[in-house]
Amino acid sequence: MDNSFDTHISAEHKLFDLHMRETLNYWDLIVLFVKRSFTTQFKQTLLGPLWAVIQPLLTTIVFTVIFGHFARLTTADIPGSFIVPGFLFYMAGNVCWSYFSSTLITTSNTFLNNSGTMGKVYYPRIVAPISTAISQLISFAIQFSIFLLIWLYYLICGGTSIRVTPWLLMIPLLVVQMAFLSTGFGIIISSFTTKYRDLTKLVGFGVDLWRYGCPIAYGLGLVPEKYFGLYMLNPVTPVITTFRYAVFGFGYFDLGYYLLSWGVSLAVFFLGLILFSRIERTFMDTI
Amino acid sequence: MQKTAILVENVTKEYMLGQIGGTTLKEEVQRLNARILHKEDPTRKIGEEPYVYGDRFLALDGISFSVKKGERVGIIGQNGAGKSTLLKLISRITAPTSGDIWLNGRVASMLEVGVGFHGELTGRENIYMNGAILGMKKKEIDEKIESIIEFSECRQFIDTPVKRYSSGMYVKLAFSVAAHLNSEIMIMDEVLAVGDLAFQKKCLDKMNDVSRMEGKTILYVSHNMNTIRQLCERCIVLDHGEIIFDGDVETGIGKYIGLNNDEYPVSYQYADMPRRWHFGKEILIESFRFYDSNAAKFKAGGLIPFEVVLSSKIARDDIIFVLMVKDRNDAQRIAASHSEKFSICVCKHQVFRFVFNSQGLTPDHYLFDFEIIQFNTDGVHHSYDAPGANMPVELTGDIPENVWSTEYWGSIRMKDMEVFSE
Repeated sequence: MDNSFDTHISAEHKLFDLHMRETLNYWDLIVLFVKRSFTTQFKQTLLGPLWAVIQPLLTTIVFTVIFGHFARLTTADIPGSFIVPGFLFYMAGNVCWSYFSSTLITTSNTFLNNSGTMGKVYYPRIVAPISTAISQLISFAIQFSIFLLIWLYYLICGGTSIRVTPWLLMIPLLVVQMAFLSTGFGIIISSFTTKYRDLTKLVGFGVDLWRYGCPIAYGLGLVPEKYFGLYMLNPVTPVITTFRYAVFGFGYFDLGYYLLSWGVSLAVFFLGLILFSRIERTFMDTI
Repeated sequence: MQKTAILVENVTKEYMLGQIGGTTLKEEVQRLNARILHKEDPTRKIGEEPYVYGDRFLALDGISFSVKKGERVGIIGQNGAGKSTLLKLISRITAPTSGDIWLNGRVASMLEVGVGFHGELTGRENIYMNGAILGMKKKEIDEKIESIIEFSECRQFIDTPVKRYSSGMYVKLAFSVAAHLNSEIMIMDEVLAVGDLAFQKKCLDKMNDVSRMEGKTILYVSHNMNTIRQLCERCIVLDHGEIIFDGDVETGIGKYIGLNNDEYPVSYQYADMPRRWHFGKEILIESFRFYDSNAAKFKAGGLIPFEVVLSSKIARDDIIFVLMVKDRNDAQRIAASHSEKFSICVCKHQVFRFVFNSQGLTPDHYLFDFEIIQFNTDGVHHSYDAPGANMPVELTGDIPENVWSTEYWGSIRMKDMEVFSE
């Protein structure tokens, strides 16, 4: 018998079967998915893509009023007398968090949202979360540009401690890390939601709680010394503090915690891939 | 030697009976705990037989076959025979429980047309979307977009969002994309059951073309035997997850029809059957019987004798018995024969014998139906009774098959034409 077959479908499953080459063949599909999610999101809305901007701005205003004016939580990451406008502080955290949380929530519904197409046609299933991460990246880019405008305004007007430093170059790296981390968590959850729908309810709630476990509404200075080590285990924390360091030119950075958070991100991502490739083969039977 | 396009070896697909998936984590933990402690499953409903839950069901039971490149194979079988499961496995939507499938070439699965269509996008955008989901690259679609639009007959509306399309246009557009795929293996599940007849025919012709010209392999599932006949050259019959026949189309369809109806009964009772309207009030057909045979199988072109028992409350001398021949596949009436006028009296259980001359009908499977009528002076007929029978009848032929091809010329062979030369 000749062995010249291109595709072999079998009952056995390799642990790490990612078919990367095949996925690259579907690059055009990824692009189209991204385009589709973006264009259809704002069809028949009055404000269109402005919504991508309005939402984080409103959240930031709420944070400024509640946590800044009423609760008066510290916005300092490190001791010392640095001056940062509250609005800019909260926005930095919210822009990062908004990318992280929306990517996580959307990818966690990958199988449920796409069961219509996935049940009828084969394409590498990983295409869906990849395109989610990318389309969320576009929203992030829009929000980040708004942030930069406000940042520039404060920079030019002066009166703050904000400085331009080479740390700005860290930002792309931070974004990549967030993409890994959120997609990783998202696909792990998506692998379980095919069977246990409970998780979909839990995700929205859990992500909301998680936000308050990260230094977004407050600075690191609020965290008690005793629990600081424990607190920094949250892989999102170093990302946010480093992001603030990068844009403000000062702040908290610890290489150890930062590398640890990268380690966790990669571990979560690859664990997610393994689980995902396991579930994608037969999820249509259980969903 | 021709290359093999699809090789299926000993493939099994197993489903769990009872609650499949969708359980909550809590139940799962309880069940696991019970299994470890060898206790009774606490999530099981009281009174439910223990073996029912988690019992296994084989949707496919050790299927093996191979398809050569360029072959057009029809897969038929009753509902639940495993046809769709097989297509799902080959198109990689779900994985087999055991066994192997080897494929040569890209697979385009059309288990449904218009997968990934989004109402907000225009026809043109959806062509790209749908094409990409089916595995085409943007460049490939660019090359074909003109012929896709042409084929879909939707050029006028191509830049309108598809949510404004009529359902027919939607389907036409979707099928056009599928028909222009660059894949070597096409898998279709009843996709042709949509769209109007003219478009269906256009699609079948297109599929035939691409298969013949470009050597595409086609796997086609349908309950419509006519489209199977038109498109396929080989037929696989599935029954309860097993292949019970693999070979030429006509024999396969025969097997499938035989599955539906283990026998061709010769005797039918209509006395107690409810009738519509006024049927059976004045003249009632009590029974019908092919008395000269033990199965409703006759020689094509021969004489078919049968017997009818009537009860009548009126006396007439101008009654006509009509025997109607219907197409086996869609129950459309294709021919009929009138009896001579005969008389009936006001009495019960009158027996009449008729002889139907089947000349002109070619060897095939048919359904017979009948009614009792009478013509009034204006030439309009009045029907006394029509129980709506669908009696399966097979006409067999000893002539070589190639003398008459039903798929090209239909079931009825009229008298041969005379030729005159000048």
